[in-house]
Amino acid sequence: MSDTGTFGGRGSRDASIVNKKGRGEIDGTRRSGPVRPAPAGDPFLIGENMTGGYGRGPDILHNCTIAVEKGEIAVIVGPNGAGKSTAMKALFGMLNLREGSVRLNGQDITALNPQDRVKAGMGFVPQVNNIFPSMSVEENLEMGAFIRNDDFRGTMEQVYGLFPILKDKRHQAAGELSGGQRQQVAVGRALMTQPSLLMLDEPTAGVSPIVMDELFDRIIEIARTGLPVLMVEQNAKQAMNIADKAYVLVQGRNAHTGTGKELMENDEVRRTFLGG
Amino acid sequence: MDILNALVAFLNFVFIPAAAYGAQLALGALGVTLIYGILRFSNFAHGDTMAFGAAITIFATWALQAAGVSIYPLPTALLALPIGIAGTALMVLATDRLVYRYYRQKKSDPIILVMASVGVMFIMNGLTRVLIGVDEIRFDDGARFVIDVRSFREWSGLTEGLALRTTQLITLVVAVLVVGVLFWFLNRTRSGKAMRAYSDNEDLALLSGIDPEKVVRLTWIIAAALATIAGVLYGLDKAFKPFNYFQILLPIFAAAIVGGLGSPIGAIAGGFIVAFSEVAITYPWKKVAEYLGFDTGSAMLQLMSTEYKFAVSFVILIVVLLFRPTGLFRGKAY
Repeated sequence: MSDTGTFGGRGSRDASIVNKKGRGEIDGTRRSGPVRPAPAGDPFLIGENMTGGYGRGPDILHNCTIAVEKGEIAVIVGPNGAGKSTAMKALFGMLNLREGSVRLNGQDITALNPQDRVKAGMGFVPQVNNIFPSMSVEENLEMGAFIRNDDFRGTMEQVYGLFPILKDKRHQAAGELSGGQRQQVAVGRALMTQPSLLMLDEPTAGVSPIVMDELFDRIIEIARTGLPVLMVEQNAKQAMNIADKAYVLVQGRNAHTGTGKELMENDEVRRTFLGG
Repeated sequence: MDILNALVAFLNFVFIPAAAYGAQLALGALGVTLIYGILRFSNFAHGDTMAFGAAITIFATWALQAAGVSIYPLPTALLALPIGIAGTALMVLATDRLVYRYYRQKKSDPIILVMASVGVMFIMNGLTRVLIGVDEIRFDDGARFVIDVRSFREWSGLTEGLALRTTQLITLVVAVLVVGVLFWFLNRTRSGKAMRAYSDNEDLALLSGIDPEKVVRLTWIIAAALATIAGVLYGLDKAFKPFNYFQILLPIFAAAIVGGLGSPIGAIAGGFIVAFSEVAITYPWKKVAEYLGFDTGSAMLQLMSTEYKFAVSFVILIVVLLFRPTGLFRGKAY
């Protein structure tokens, strides 16, 4: 939004002439560069030595490395402002990397734009604005499958199997659902592309503890089907409990890396971050 | 007291004219509301797009007439409509390419697109006048009446006559068909759903693999079709005069806002609400009241003279913006 402040921003607040609902921020015009083969022996997804920030702003990530192996749940945790969501956006191609590369499934996808990364197999669930609120649950799922030309009803049944409540509410507008149900719609929408990797940006933000446990159970269930899951989480303890691998970021750098269990037992992590 | 005569007078002077006018406003408001919902700005050039579309259709009508083509009793303009729509679609796509696309890609505030549309309005306004002139043009060459006053009187034996002009019936039939097709398109087809998805959440639509530029093009084409149809129906019903389309912009916006900007169903409801209020407030009810047995003396029972009909849209607009700014059907403006 380069022109915020036009006419002192006055006209921009008049909803009788301008519609700011659902405006996008991603630059959809950016073209993808070439995809190159990645070196052998890479993890399924790896963002290696990522350094960069938004636009021409300062670097937020510094030599940050995040990797996910097949069949794993990996979580990114860290204090507020540590660059967790930024790291995930970097993997997804939403910010310019000055250094480092992103490789998925044996291909170097550093030059791809986000749309093409979805086509390359990334399923991404943004933290907010992750559903189409005025469309029905079923239409949300259909839109998730937009890039598919085959019959996606089987996938839809799988999603309904995973989240039975969505089947009951499939004709209801997604914007009318509760917070936890909306998150289910958002995850379901991402699953409709049949991604080879699922990336969740704080899926439990703003939902009650009960709903949070329920969501984590579903995420574990998804991972058990063999789909690798990468997740950014605020609720570090719960996230580490279910994680095969955890990355603790501090100020955009890898501070600690290990299995969830290792990090839970690590004194420094516990003291500085998990609160004792 | 004569209820039947009162009813016929009401139908003849209020209901039928207001219904036809309401259908024209509804089609115009649908175009405005689609652009608002999907392209996210109020398109002030919509009235002049209607004029441009009607002008192209008139040229095509003349060409067809010169070639001796006729679909009597229907007006030839109906046959020329697809050509008018195609011409207008090309025009708005060119406008988008030359004007709006730049601001869209820069992610400018929507208010800048609103202002740009004012510029486009003036250009299109001038272009239409240069092409076809500023005079009033009548191009309804079909049968004039479906029901005319005399044969209705003879048939019914009532003192009061009822007239239903062909153009009024065509307006209503075409409006119903167009609205039906539009709703089917938006709710049932893949492209229609993609448009709604883009309207709901641009970024998520992009990440779902929906091509934003395709959605934008499709929206312009549909808006051009709606504008041309509304413009031609209005021109058939009244008469084509470029300036009238500039004026009709106000009731159209009133209709879209009353119904709730961004809500197609609201645009239709709003169109009829504005049209019926306008006609009901400027109609002298004396005759109807006398049939119902009231002695009105010398009073005409006309709330406002017809010169003030645009004030009605203004008042409705202000009342809605004050008390229910989201419109009757919660649109996107909340």
